[in-house]
Amino acid sequence: MALQDVCGFLETLDDISPCTYLPNEMGYMWRTPCEFDRDSAFHFLFPSQQCRRKNRAPTLFSSAFSSLSPHQQPFQLSHGTTTLGFIFQDGVIAAADTRASCKGLICCPISQKIMPIHSHLVVNTSGSGADCMLWERILTREMRLYQLRHHKRLSVNGAAKLLSMMLHPFKGTNVCVAATLCGWDEEQETRKTLQACMEIADVKEAMERDSSVSTILDESAQGCVKMASINKQDENLKDAHAMNPTVSHQNTKNVLSTFGSRSGPRVCYVCSDGLQLKGEIISVGSGSPYAYAVLDDGWRWGMTVDEAVALAREAVFRATHWDAYSGNNVDLFHITAHGWRRRDREDLKEEYYRERERKKKKIKEREKERQKKEGGELAEGEGDIYSVCCR
Amino acid sequence: MEYLIGIQGPDFVLVAADNVAASSIIQMKHDYDKMFKLSEKILLLCVGEAGDTVQFAEYIQKNVQLYKMRNGYELSPAAAANFTRKNLADYLRSRTPYHVNLLLAGYDEADGPGLYYMDYLSALAKAPFAAHGYGAFLTLSILDRYYRPDLTREEAVDLLKKCLEELNKRFILNLPSFTVRLIDKDGIHDMEKLPVAPK
Repeated sequence: MALQDVCGFLETLDDISPCTYLPNEMGYMWRTPCEFDRDSAFHFLFPSQQCRRKNRAPTLFSSAFSSLSPHQQPFQLSHGTTTLGFIFQDGVIAAADTRASCKGLICCPISQKIMPIHSHLVVNTSGSGADCMLWERILTREMRLYQLRHHKRLSVNGAAKLLSMMLHPFKGTNVCVAATLCGWDEEQETRKTLQACMEIADVKEAMERDSSVSTILDESAQGCVKMASINKQDENLKDAHAMNPTVSHQNTKNVLSTFGSRSGPRVCYVCSDGLQLKGEIISVGSGSPYAYAVLDDGWRWGMTVDEAVALAREAVFRATHWDAYSGNNVDLFHITAHGWRRRDREDLKEEYYRERERKKKKIKEREKERQKKEGGELAEGEGDIYSVCCR
Repeated sequence: MEYLIGIQGPDFVLVAADNVAASSIIQMKHDYDKMFKLSEKILLLCVGEAGDTVQFAEYIQKNVQLYKMRNGYELSPAAAANFTRKNLADYLRSRTPYHVNLLLAGYDEADGPGLYYMDYLSALAKAPFAAHGYGAFLTLSILDRYYRPDLTREEAVDLLKKCLEELNKRFILNLPSFTVRLIDKDGIHDMEKLPVAPK
């Protein structure tokens, strides 16, 4: 992609396609890649208009348009996968299985469906594997360009909007991408509110606080997080807390107050047919109904990290058990204000056997308790009708 | 699947839309807002195909705001409705038609309240009451029976509740809650969401 741009490589096109975003201004002007505005996010070729709207599967609404359509499906639950993402008080959890299937064949049992975009954003992909790989790269490029131009990271909702707009020209073609963007928004406002709060405090202490906290903010703003740097930041924060316990209290208060507003955990769903949703729990794929059932039951905003991880694991596990197109392993990412952290990939086959053992144990324990109870009742009241009946 | 309803009174318009955002058989969101604020006194309610709704509604929304910025005054509801219809009609015979059904509700200083019904074939009609979706089959006759041009606000909300009760009773899909808004000379007012328990 980059080489193509640098070389100014021209590709010939079959059709003139009007740009659907600027109907009146541009008219029927077709721009070759060279002439395209370099700042535009739509700096790639639009699809040939001939193939558009032909392969659209009929929905309840499109009865008026008689187009060549594939066979009718009762409902479309394509995307053979289970991916999920949810937010809670301590960040975002993104989890997915690792099975890539093609009709009845498992093409790859160890594919990676969760891909990091930058230090604070991760995308769960489902749909066509090739499309997801390409669009993930395009999104990464556009977000990096935004960051370089505007000196701040694009928010998760902004990234979702951008991806949705980029996918819109391909609506009606066979592009099949259903992506869940999971990330943590960090607004510049948080730095300002922190500094404003510090100015209220003692001047001498405020200067000390400024120097320590601003270094932390600089480090976190630089992105590129691995385990080592997370630990380093944790250490820095610990130092800051040790020096000034009142500062940490103010910091947490500020973080909490800005939670619902500009910064905090976000989950956003973008689909190639145009649907774009922000929410608290999103699950996509053929295994998503099973995952939703588990998530709806166990989700609370005030969950701890361990509870959230356990919930996500269980949801994917149940989905892989029932759904033929999901399975093999589970990947789990946890995103906080410090960046994303990846849990080791876990084989769900072991989990299945472990669960069987757990169930067996539980049945045995329950049997023992019941026997104890019956034994106790017999000892206490021999003439009791109920104990006789229970036998 | 989705449901929109609008009732016009002598000096107000009451509109409601369901809150479900669905993807095949799954309700992905229970609190999705299908109303787009075009200006201080105009609301556009939009349902239809997944990406088209937001794309088209935001396009209209931004253009109405652009008109205000360029000319210094806002478009009237009638003008906004006709502008929307013209855009729908232009795209209808292009290669990328928008499959959306709309209700436009607004209050004009000169003309009073107005409710405009638009469908995906870009038909436009100013109507005293209107509904979109499968639920419309069930509720239009209720509106026919009980609607009067001089409804008070409370009576209009009661009529709306009657319609939603009927939906809960006879409509095969579960639409648990509805966003309700009222437009009058003072602007757009949010009213409490209506979940009606099934009888």
